[in-house]
Amino acid sequence: MGLPAIEVSDLSKRYVIEHESRHDNLRDTLHHTARKLWRRFRWGTGFQREEFWALKDLSFTVQPGEVVGIIGRNGAGKSTLLKILSRITEPTAGKITLRGRVASLLEVGTGFHPDLTGRENIYLNGAILGMRRAEIRRKFDEIVAFAEVEKFLDTPVKRYSSGMYVRLAFAVAAHLEPEILILDEVLAVGDAQFQNKCLGKIQDVARGQGRTVLFVSHNMAAVQRLCSRGIYLERGRMLHRGNVADVIDHYLATGSARDRDMNLRMTRSCSWLRPVKVDLLVASESRRSVKTGEALEIRLAYECTEPSRMPDGITVSFILYAAGQKVANFWSRAGHAAPLPIASSGTVSCIIPNWPFRSLPFTLEVHLAYRGDTLVEVPEALEFDSNDSDLFGTGVVPHHSEGIVLLRHSWRATGA
Amino acid sequence: MSEIAEQPSAAPIDASPALVIEAGRSEKNYWSDLWRYRELMGFLAWRDIKVRYKQAALGVAWALFQPLIQTALLTFVFGKLAKMPDGGLPYFLLVLSGNLAWQLFAGAFNGASGSLVGNSHLISKVYFPRMVVPLSAVAVSLVDFGVTFALAVPIIAAFGLWPGWQLILLPVFVGLTLLIAIGAGLWITALTVRFRDFRFITPFLVQIGLFVTPVGFRTDNLPNWRDLLALNPLSAAVDGMRWCLLGGRTEIYWPGMVTAVAVTLALVFSGVWYFRKTERQFADII
Repeated sequence: MGLPAIEVSDLSKRYVIEHESRHDNLRDTLHHTARKLWRRFRWGTGFQREEFWALKDLSFTVQPGEVVGIIGRNGAGKSTLLKILSRITEPTAGKITLRGRVASLLEVGTGFHPDLTGRENIYLNGAILGMRRAEIRRKFDEIVAFAEVEKFLDTPVKRYSSGMYVRLAFAVAAHLEPEILILDEVLAVGDAQFQNKCLGKIQDVARGQGRTVLFVSHNMAAVQRLCSRGIYLERGRMLHRGNVADVIDHYLATGSARDRDMNLRMTRSCSWLRPVKVDLLVASESRRSVKTGEALEIRLAYECTEPSRMPDGITVSFILYAAGQKVANFWSRAGHAAPLPIASSGTVSCIIPNWPFRSLPFTLEVHLAYRGDTLVEVPEALEFDSNDSDLFGTGVVPHHSEGIVLLRHSWRATGA
Repeated sequence: MSEIAEQPSAAPIDASPALVIEAGRSEKNYWSDLWRYRELMGFLAWRDIKVRYKQAALGVAWALFQPLIQTALLTFVFGKLAKMPDGGLPYFLLVLSGNLAWQLFAGAFNGASGSLVGNSHLISKVYFPRMVVPLSAVAVSLVDFGVTFALAVPIIAAFGLWPGWQLILLPVFVGLTLLIAIGAGLWITALTVRFRDFRFITPFLVQIGLFVTPVGFRTDNLPNWRDLLALNPLSAAVDGMRWCLLGGRTEIYWPGMVTAVAVTLALVFSGVWYFRKTERQFADII
């Protein structure tokens, strides 16, 4: 075997988070700002800083022609890794060697301008992704055909439907011809049919044309379909790597173990009511992936130092996002007539008897409210995947492009 | 940790040299990379121009109104009210020629200063030499300059002052003006990424600049102030452009020109140095 296409050794990336004390009036704010500026200019440092290692001592190699899936939960360091590989940000330590022309696609439609037409955006976006004008001109018709937007080429993209917009954006990127392609979660957008088409295109690029691909996704089905190898990242470290199916199994199995010491990140918090853990259970067992048709329990464990402050009980919202789209709100006021009583510690569970969704990545947002005031807000309380099952017992389910839910139903035929 | 079975290596690695990414490693190929991305620079400039006039009914006419009205106003204030010496030339033309240079600078400087923050969505998602962004903003102002210049020459001719051979030297002073704008713009745009305060400082600097640059008056009649004004490199650029446009009927103050070139070079080199030094962190802090 020749030289690897990607060689990563002891890669680390540190971010510094600065804690600023709160200021309630303008004078304090100005005073603090002045002191901060002074300290920065004088010593190059601000106030208290907390270090955070997004990646720590990561090493791996990728051979030419390999398609590698990088999986891990939010905050595992996947995006940071891709940003460093794409040269957008610099590593704190370590070394990377890339052999071949690199193109990275961290977002679909980077640099699209809403006021420009489809045609103009193809050129602009192509140039931003590193294509030459002549190259774009050569592939122009192919891009337009792939995106299926012929009729709207001279319409500003702000008038496009979101589906058309995404199709056009992906089409430009799909026609890059790098030797190493870096893809971040680009399939989390668009309708199922187009996602499928994109996956097919990436597959062509990877298999047919023998390119090296690094692919990040929360969609395990996509990872499994595209990749031959997997790398599982967790809090900036590599936990597992190898055959993609093994890595995915490992990822699904270790999910709940990690959550025990997880700190829920809150965008709104309250000093006397604290969510401790949000868990997903199937048949009383903690899980990170569910199947269509299963009965689920979403369980929130909390601690409350002053239950007496909330004699009326609380309302809980579990808001469900599928691939970034809000799809449902399990709201205790709607699903349960009375507010839920609160104790010094306890759990609140929402039971969903028949999970309808097919293969999609989900996130759950949690809100806790008292008398209409939201006290606690946890945007990414839980992440899990859903997978297709043989719901109807026939061994057949419709294709993915035929919808995102499977609903139990029956058939009847009449006739003479 | 399992090691994977060997994969057939399908894509042969071509002869292109390996790219090495390391902490603190300044890219060896920065300037050739910048050259390679010149098309992107053009596309970004083209985008900015296109978008600016997209839904404006009067379109490019806007590029003319603003400088013309400003010229008329400055002529009134300096020529009529303050009665500054005109040295026998129509005051309107003195201001027009000076303002042409000033508008070029102000446009380029304003554009470059806000360019990084204005394109933060690109900075955080795609790699390219970051200097492409402020440079493309400068290119936009050059297009505006072309439009105003095309209007200014017939106006000057209509006053009966045909430009002479001096016009050939105009690109030199346009170049000087742009270099000043690039030097100052690189500083401000890199600083704005870290300290958004500079967004408030830029318009303020431009406002002050209009009065400490001889746009509304000519320096050859102000011997006492000349040397002080010469510290501002734009004075020389304005004087030079006026000299070119008015057919050598004004004077160039040579000691001032030498100072200006020195100050400009210092500004450009320090600007490039600071920009390159901070560039690698842009994506993390923008």
